[in-house]
Amino acid sequence: MAQIFPPGSNQAVRAVIVGVPLAVLAVVGALYAVEWSPWATRMWVPISQPVPFSHKHHVGQLGIDCRYCHGGVEKSQYAGLPPTETCMTCHSQLYTDQAMLAPVRQSLVDNRPIAWTKVHDLPDFVYFNHSIHVNKGIGCTSCHGRLNEMQLVWQDQSLYMTWCLQCHRHPEKYIADRSEVFNPGRVAAKDDPAKGLDWAKKLVKDYHVQSSGVLTDCYTCHR
Amino acid sequence: MMNEANDRRVDEGDAERPNNLGALRARLAAADGPQFWRSLEAVSETPEFNQWLHREFPRGASEWTDAPNRRQFLKLMAASFALAGVTACTRQPVEKVLPYVKQPEELIPGIPLVYATAMTLGGYGTGLLVESNEGRPTKVEGNPEHPMSLGAANVFQQASVLELYDPDRSRTVMRAGETSSWEEFMADLVPALAEQKAKQGAGMRILTETVTSPTLAAQISELLKFYSQAKWHQYEPWNRDSARHAQPDKPQVEAHHDFAQAQTIVALDSDFLFGHPASLAYARQFARKRREVTENAGSAGAAVRLYVAEPTPTITGSMADERLACAAGDVPALAKEMARLIAADRTPKSSGPWAKWLEAAVRDLFANRGASLVIAGEGQPGVVHDLVAAINDALINPKTVSYGYCAEAVPVRQVESLRSLAADLHGGEVDLLVVVGGNPAYNAPVDLDIPGGLRRVKRCVHLGLAYNETAQFCQWHVPESHYLEGWSDTRAFNGAPSVIQPLIEPLYQSRTAHELLDALVFEQSTRGAHDIVYEHWRSEYTAEEFEKAWRRTVHDGVKRLTNVETAAKRILRPWLNVVPEYVPVGVYPNPDLGTAPSPGNLELVFKPDPSVWDGRFANNGWLQELPKPITKLTWDNAALVSPKLAERLKLANEDVVELALRGRSIHAPVWIVPGQAENSVTLHLGYGRTMAGHVGSGQGVNAYALRTSDMMGYGSGLEIRKIEGKKWRLASAQEHHSLEGRDIYRTATVAEFRKDSGAAPKESEEPKQDETLYPPDHTYPGYAWGMAIDLNTCIGCNACMVACQSENNIPIVGKGEVINGREMHWIRVDGYFSGKDLDAPEFYHQPVPCMHCENAPCEVVCPVEATVHSPEGLNEQIYNRCIGTRYCSNNCPYKVRRFNFLQWPDNTTLQFKMQRNPDVTVRSRGVMEKCTYCVQRINEVKITSEKEDRRVRDGEILTACQQTCPTEAIVFGDVNDPTSRVSRLKKQPRNFGMLAELGTRPRTTYLTRITNPNQEAGG
Repeated sequence: MAQIFPPGSNQAVRAVIVGVPLAVLAVVGALYAVEWSPWATRMWVPISQPVPFSHKHHVGQLGIDCRYCHGGVEKSQYAGLPPTETCMTCHSQLYTDQAMLAPVRQSLVDNRPIAWTKVHDLPDFVYFNHSIHVNKGIGCTSCHGRLNEMQLVWQDQSLYMTWCLQCHRHPEKYIADRSEVFNPGRVAAKDDPAKGLDWAKKLVKDYHVQSSGVLTDCYTCHR
Repeated sequence: MMNEANDRRVDEGDAERPNNLGALRARLAAADGPQFWRSLEAVSETPEFNQWLHREFPRGASEWTDAPNRRQFLKLMAASFALAGVTACTRQPVEKVLPYVKQPEELIPGIPLVYATAMTLGGYGTGLLVESNEGRPTKVEGNPEHPMSLGAANVFQQASVLELYDPDRSRTVMRAGETSSWEEFMADLVPALAEQKAKQGAGMRILTETVTSPTLAAQISELLKFYSQAKWHQYEPWNRDSARHAQPDKPQVEAHHDFAQAQTIVALDSDFLFGHPASLAYARQFARKRREVTENAGSAGAAVRLYVAEPTPTITGSMADERLACAAGDVPALAKEMARLIAADRTPKSSGPWAKWLEAAVRDLFANRGASLVIAGEGQPGVVHDLVAAINDALINPKTVSYGYCAEAVPVRQVESLRSLAADLHGGEVDLLVVVGGNPAYNAPVDLDIPGGLRRVKRCVHLGLAYNETAQFCQWHVPESHYLEGWSDTRAFNGAPSVIQPLIEPLYQSRTAHELLDALVFEQSTRGAHDIVYEHWRSEYTAEEFEKAWRRTVHDGVKRLTNVETAAKRILRPWLNVVPEYVPVGVYPNPDLGTAPSPGNLELVFKPDPSVWDGRFANNGWLQELPKPITKLTWDNAALVSPKLAERLKLANEDVVELALRGRSIHAPVWIVPGQAENSVTLHLGYGRTMAGHVGSGQGVNAYALRTSDMMGYGSGLEIRKIEGKKWRLASAQEHHSLEGRDIYRTATVAEFRKDSGAAPKESEEPKQDETLYPPDHTYPGYAWGMAIDLNTCIGCNACMVACQSENNIPIVGKGEVINGREMHWIRVDGYFSGKDLDAPEFYHQPVPCMHCENAPCEVVCPVEATVHSPEGLNEQIYNRCIGTRYCSNNCPYKVRRFNFLQWPDNTTLQFKMQRNPDVTVRSRGVMEKCTYCVQRINEVKITSEKEDRRVRDGEILTACQQTCPTEAIVFGDVNDPTSRVSRLKKQPRNFGMLAELGTRPRTTYLTRITNPNQEAGG
């Protein structure tokens, strides 16, 4: 019986044995890379807005408190965006002739809202509640990053579930004193070795943060 | 969402099903012990029923039966498999956020606001609290401050929010069916008004539904000042003409009842737990009284006993301790006999088929003199109400029955009112007819021929929510604002006035009745509805206190009556010790008691439908798909016949018959109802509409086609003829989700309960927690949520089902899919019949939400962990993980899981999107879902409590079903807290878990129903 496989076949088989897993790995790796690329996560991509509002200027330089504009953050699931009137508390006096602010003035004149582009957009089956987080000592910067340094806002974290779970599994690493919640320079417990883990654990206890069993329960965020 | 109800309504030439009711009777009689059965098919164990029993869904439910055909389907499936997972690769679209320009002061986005308002049904108002999410009304609940709601809402109120968003509502003024405008309408109306003014309005008529609104009544009387010859008519198809009969020539007198004081209750064809304008309050009182026995287990006092005589089983009849199936036409004679027994002597002796029932009832009434109550239904003639009033007088019942002026602004005898209007219409005397709401062309007595009359009117104006049967006969149709869109006011049954506060700007170019009347009075629109109502109310108060009183009333949702005002409404009667003349011939205008239908002489009984009422809710999908109590029919009405009559006429379910009554006839499907009076055939009103809209048109048969002005309640002389070879598919949910004759419902008599408070036959015992070799899978260190449902007070009114549907974004599926067993209700109300007599069964209701088992069989079979257990004991369904294997549903012994076989939620129609609860995910095709114990409400309360650094208080979390329950039969709470209400209920010996012998340890448990039959009545 004649040989079916030519002599080079062994090489080919070896190549396949090594190559196929490598190819699979490469595909998986590529998918993983895409999954975690800023294209997919939308991390670190400044989003253009109808009015180029600068948090760096308003928060970092002027020191306006977060809650001046995001008034719902302590009470509601949504932090809320400021109504046009809030902008106009200052801008009816300041920079009234700036072209940059024309859409704000127009909004007030037309009684039509400014259509901001959503930067942090969770899937519709996720129910995130701002108020409970800020009431339990999780700061704005924990999720939103150093807003005081951002001109246009970008998404600072992936907002993937695995990222959420880091904190829901170990809240003691991310908690800080309640008084620090709205401080743009807030330091989370894990980055503050001076205070130590016991201090953080005590905060978790004092603030009656739920056990990680409850925090990682599906219905905590999905329903 | 609005699936076309399938067109398999009438199947030609379906095989004759054997009529085996005789065999059924034998089976029932031979059975031992208490028997609970769901349907005739269940007793006879037909192959169809066994299929329901053994399969999770019937054969075919999980198959694609519609076009495209099987081959195409397989192709599609192959493609779906090949591309499976690719769907996850979509990038979320970029979304915009729109803040307010001027944010309303009290509004924080994300926190719903709740406003008090009121809804009218049959003219009478019920106070409601309506939730608004960023301006969209999404959920209706009862107003605890309102005397006729007490926090509860019935199915119609719960579903009214869907009516607001009904895309079939009319949107613009229409002239002869063509789009027009308000300006054109006014341009046409003003000359017509001038013409009328010249002859003092002699050719002008106003037709309204029952008006309790003080403002509207004032406007109409204002109008009649300008047009002194004009007439105002009121007509409601299910009205209170006969109920207000108690004193001749005084249509304004109404009987008010207090069931909380009543030890013995006799209801003569009265559905006071559902069909009465005060039914929510009555149900609450009735339940409180009924609870006395079970709450104080040691008490030896008499337990409340309810006697009901009625032709067709209602939920009131289902709660009866002694029920008599009695033709509606026999009720007058029964009432007369009762009056005779009470007047004649105190050791009653009667004869006839009802002797035992009647003697027992009279004995009980006597024994509880002063704490007894007799009530008659709206369908009975005035003479019955007269007799009932006399009986209550004789029993000295001022505590339980009082008389007062009715809440209507100008009470009239409505059928007579409409009759005179019809005469004028046909006489050509009417030039201008204004129909303010209502649908007389559809629901008026057929002998008055309103459509024919409307054709003769020169100018007819119709104000209505939709372009309906009446609008088509009118030159002008003006869209009416829904009660959630426009200001108005109303009175409750006890006279308490409420302001109807809108929650949203009108969606379309609609007007309220007030705005239309304003335009009629002033010949132009002068004010909006708010100003009209506000100014009328201001005219009722002195200036300085007005603003405060107005704000208070709008805020509270009701203006509380002072004691003086309440007393002024009361009419004192001479409380007599005996009935002077038990048949007061001559005093009452209608002494004719009617002739009792002799065997063979059939009667047709008209009742408002428990789902669509008089037809006004026919286009409401939630209500159409709501299984009616007792029959569990959806999407249809049917001629309800007794098993005996079915045997006699060889009828089976879904047969088509011709119903002929006094020269008119219609075809209707048959449904056999155990407990129906032998010679009564019941046909519910409200179906057979032709212009209801996409949902309601063409469903069921039109009972109004047989209803004449001299038999608004019932009429005898009915003839039935079976149409051979025709079948009409009916979608009854009665056998769906059957649990195979296991020990799922428990009942005991008061005597048994007192002997052994844990009474009730316990065929099986729940295994103890430690009867296992395995360590517990779960521990519950924090909260442990649980629910207890008191079967003793559940009246089966279905309010919980609609509340759940509204709260949890549950879609409807359409008639064809209900037949397939694919209905989506997260909580269902199972109905059971019991007893050995097919003709006089007992009725039981059992609401079944998810049991949230501690050892849940569904959890262990999910291959993707989409159903998991929470540390608080919730059995969770995670939609974003679910891949739709349906293993969980297959393994659930309670059959509470629902699968989205098709894309039922309508995600494109804007109106439906506006109704959705933003706190609950809208599930798409291919996902399993089920009751969550309203986890969105749990989380909301938990977050609030955590922000305040405290534990959740007992009673702070109300699930949607619990919140709306008129009888407070559903209690939810933390079972880890021994002092919580739910823990205390679960500690009662009556507490049992459904199928607990399986070791599932259900968190939802039930409390045994305690009945109080009178041994002497043979019950």
